[in-house]
Amino acid sequence: MIENMEHKDAKQIDAKGKDYRTLNKEIRESVNDGINYITVKNVLGQRFIADGIKNRTLRISIFGVAGGDLGAFMDGPTIYVRGNAEHAPGNTMSSGTIIVDGDAGDCVGHSMRGGKIFVKGSVGYRVGIHMKQFQERFPTIIIGGSAYSFLGEYMAGGIIVVLGQNCTKPVGSYVGTGIHGGTIYVAGVVDDNDLGVAASKKEFTDEDRSIVSALIDEYNQHFDSSISIDELTFTKIQPSSKRPFSNLYTMEG
Amino acid sequence: MCGIIGMLNKDGKRIDGSLIAEGLSLMDERGNGQGAGYAAYGIYPDFKEYYALHVFLDNLKEAKVDVEQEIERWGYIVYSEEIPTSEKGTIEGEKIPYRYFFKPDPRKLLGREYNEQDAIVEMVMRINAKRSGALVFSSGKNMGIFKASAWPEDVARFYKIKKYKGYMWLGHNRYPTNTPGWWGGAHPFGLLDWSVVHNGEITSYGTNKRYVESFGYNCTMLTDTEVVTYLFDHLIRKHQLPLGLTGNALAPKFWNEIDALNPNVRGVQTALRLTYSAAAMNGPFAIVVANTNGFIALTDRIKLRPLVVGNKDRTVYVSSEEAAIRAMEPSLDRIYNPLAGEPVVHQLEGHVQ
Repeated sequence: MIENMEHKDAKQIDAKGKDYRTLNKEIRESVNDGINYITVKNVLGQRFIADGIKNRTLRISIFGVAGGDLGAFMDGPTIYVRGNAEHAPGNTMSSGTIIVDGDAGDCVGHSMRGGKIFVKGSVGYRVGIHMKQFQERFPTIIIGGSAYSFLGEYMAGGIIVVLGQNCTKPVGSYVGTGIHGGTIYVAGVVDDNDLGVAASKKEFTDEDRSIVSALIDEYNQHFDSSISIDELTFTKIQPSSKRPFSNLYTMEG
Repeated sequence: MCGIIGMLNKDGKRIDGSLIAEGLSLMDERGNGQGAGYAAYGIYPDFKEYYALHVFLDNLKEAKVDVEQEIERWGYIVYSEEIPTSEKGTIEGEKIPYRYFFKPDPRKLLGREYNEQDAIVEMVMRINAKRSGALVFSSGKNMGIFKASAWPEDVARFYKIKKYKGYMWLGHNRYPTNTPGWWGGAHPFGLLDWSVVHNGEITSYGTNKRYVESFGYNCTMLTDTEVVTYLFDHLIRKHQLPLGLTGNALAPKFWNEIDALNPNVRGVQTALRLTYSAAAMNGPFAIVVANTNGFIALTDRIKLRPLVVGNKDRTVYVSSEEAAIRAMEPSLDRIYNPLAGEPVVHQLEGHVQ
């Protein structure tokens, strides 16, 4: 994967001093010209990179700090960030992959509908907020370090995995507040007091193990790491019932 | 949405304003060109004994005469001038920024029970409440606020910000949502040597406003952030709370978090919540508040607005976005996101150079 990202014929774009409109226009024009590999250097907070691009073969490498809403609404591309990402990478993305070789800010995978996001380090608040699944669309977020509070807030589908590497506490408080679909796997202990409304712990089954194990393998490939599922104990968090809020808006049930 | 930024050299080494302007301008998307500003500490060493009053004047006739008469009721002006600006007439709704270096005269304060700083506060409140064409927007010693209704880079150019050297800088890029964009509504807000920059909304503004007004403060800037300035002045200068506890009072922990605390700390946090319920700020916010000694950065207790803190050697940076910090200092020793409601306090440790 990493070798693919820095393809020898990749189109080089220097982002230094460019505002996000100019930069994104350049990326979009390259894609329209049929270019499949793009390397963007000196990125410093430019927002909306690769937003809305529909292309399954496109690979973009970003060097620097990727600005907010990286890959929002994108459908298919693979983005590799050599550095940190600011708020909401993968906002409402439909498919494709975002790999962040560093930390990421708040709301990673906000309303994500499909595809995968890998973050090597830690992430901010409200990661996976509103993520959802439907038929073949199934979003997945894998975090190597820790996640702050409100992880999986209002989550309606997909999977979040927190590996909790190099940290004292893998997740903050209010985990899965308002969750009504999907699954959160946390390596380590999650205190009952840190569970949000509607979230509850479930048994980590063999099926869960094989799902998480495959995702860890993929994480290891991306970041050249050797984390083993055998060294980790997972807490599985899901909605407390099929319809935890059935009494909130309706009289039935 | 707004952009906030700040930097402090703990050794008191002064740098010019071009760096903070560069960092702030990187976050132009966080504003809409209707307000930006800077606060700089250590910029008036030759006048450091005097209060530097920065005033927006509507004109250089009646408004100027009027405000000078008011100021001279409280003391004497040692030096005054128009704040040097460029590109006159290029910023909408332009006012004339003027500055007075001022010393309160104890003889003129005879019969009053308050000290010098109280006198300054009352004077500023009176001038601003009169709305007679003059607005005092900065009133500290050896510091100053520079702001206007424009983009960060335009405000920096307008005030020739690179000609000032400060050991601490704050900056703000405004995106007014609930109240009008105008010169007085731009951040930073200031009173004495306090300055405040804020991203978000103070939804408890009504309660907080009534609270500070009961102690003689007047809210005249038509926007919520102003009240934060007076809350800090009141809690720290009058009640003498330490910065960190002031942060806890204004962004109090949830009761279930307080219940889970160690009993020694629980008592303090309980007392703060009960005593300062009318001062507690609700709503989404990230703020940086500074005075001569340093700054405190704080978010609301569930982190509805971003805040990033970084440092390199003896300089601390704070911002809404990581990229803005890296624009000022590419090779940081550390960069992190503080926890929600966790006061980040950094103080000047050396002497201003």
